[in-house]
Amino acid sequence: MRLIAENLGGERGGETVFSNIGFALEKSEALIVTGPNGAGKSTLLRVVAGLLPAAGGKVLVEGGGEAFPTVASASHYLGHLNAMKTALSVEENLGFWRAFQGEPALSVEEALEKVALGGLGHLPLGYLSTGQRRRASIAKLLVSRRPVWLLDEPTAGLDKASEERFAGLMRGHLQDGGIVVAATHLPLGIEGAKALQMAVGL
Amino acid sequence: MWSLFLRDIRLSIRAGGGALIGVIFFLAVIVTIPFGVGPDLNLLSRIGPAILWIAALLACLLGLDRLFQADREDGSLDLLVLNSDRHILALTVLMKCLAHWTGSVLPLVVAAPLLGLFMNMEPLGIGATALTLLIGTPAITFIGAAGAAVAVALPRGGLLISVLVLPLTIPVLIFGVSASYGAVANPAPFLQPFLILAALTLFLAVLGPLAAALALRHGTD
Repeated sequence: MRLIAENLGGERGGETVFSNIGFALEKSEALIVTGPNGAGKSTLLRVVAGLLPAAGGKVLVEGGGEAFPTVASASHYLGHLNAMKTALSVEENLGFWRAFQGEPALSVEEALEKVALGGLGHLPLGYLSTGQRRRASIAKLLVSRRPVWLLDEPTAGLDKASEERFAGLMRGHLQDGGIVVAATHLPLGIEGAKALQMAVGL
Repeated sequence: MWSLFLRDIRLSIRAGGGALIGVIFFLAVIVTIPFGVGPDLNLLSRIGPAILWIAALLACLLGLDRLFQADREDGSLDLLVLNSDRHILALTVLMKCLAHWTGSVLPLVVAAPLLGLFMNMEPLGIGATALTLLIGTPAITFIGAAGAAVAVALPRGGLLISVLVLPLTIPVLIFGVSASYGAVANPAPFLQPFLILAALTLFLAVLGPLAAALALRHGTD
């Protein structure tokens, strides 16, 4: 499994945010994207996921097999928003994404245990704090199997213990042959990760 | 795919889901009409099917702006689009439309016979109007989905959707009302306009979600 980006360019509202960005990630490799606000980290992740059209270049996966032929089908995307409904319980939210996304991995209860939300699954998401909602959203990565994790500020709102637990989850994913692309300001605690430094107006 | 249907149904009946807004609006309009038109029972029973249809059409348009906007605001829409290799996006949209119709529009159809009594309609006319509403209102939801997808990024796009969608729903209204009249007024036919209404619903069940999926795919930012 390889994730390859060649000469990627991205634009927002007609303005070029970045251009000529390329990387190639083998399995078990991580890429940490850093840079100041407005450097285009989120745009890069959305272009890689295929949620924004690339202004130039292309992204592809190799060796994904039948289950993961395209980048979109091989990727989890964790954006700034949690993609969970406040009116539904945590279990209902996760259960929905597990059924909808296919390739089921951990059960909802196991995933909640992994993010230390065990016993809170019956509560509506609206009753949880910001950090707990983020952890519930992270549990979404665990209920369906995807080799590529695209993470945009994944640890925003998390406390120290949760950050470490999340680093452990990412290491586990990498050990299982996964690929992580994360945009962040904070160190994520993954050893040996590649780094991509973005600058404003590159 | 059914998980999406179940989720949207659940959301529509939970607090803030807004499933009842359409019914309450429908009720308010129909109850007001006899006061405005006056106590002329013949006139009321003659305009009854048309009033029921117009009120149902407007009530259908009420909740449409939230169809995709709620998903966009919490980031779910990104994941729905991201999974379009597994679930064709047009089918995802179709499923959301069906859930929206079941949650918000079906109650209108159920309430229509009761409100038909307010308009002094005879039982056959009430039955025919309810049947045409049952067959015709999905078409309004399907057209509305295309409008909702175009206006998904606009914070107050509700009125814009209504204006975009209203002209396209006119054929549905015309054939719905003429089939309802056909059931009671003898020389007018019932079956022909009813079949055209059913054909419109089937046609728009394909076209609406396809157009909406296209708009959603190009509307992400």
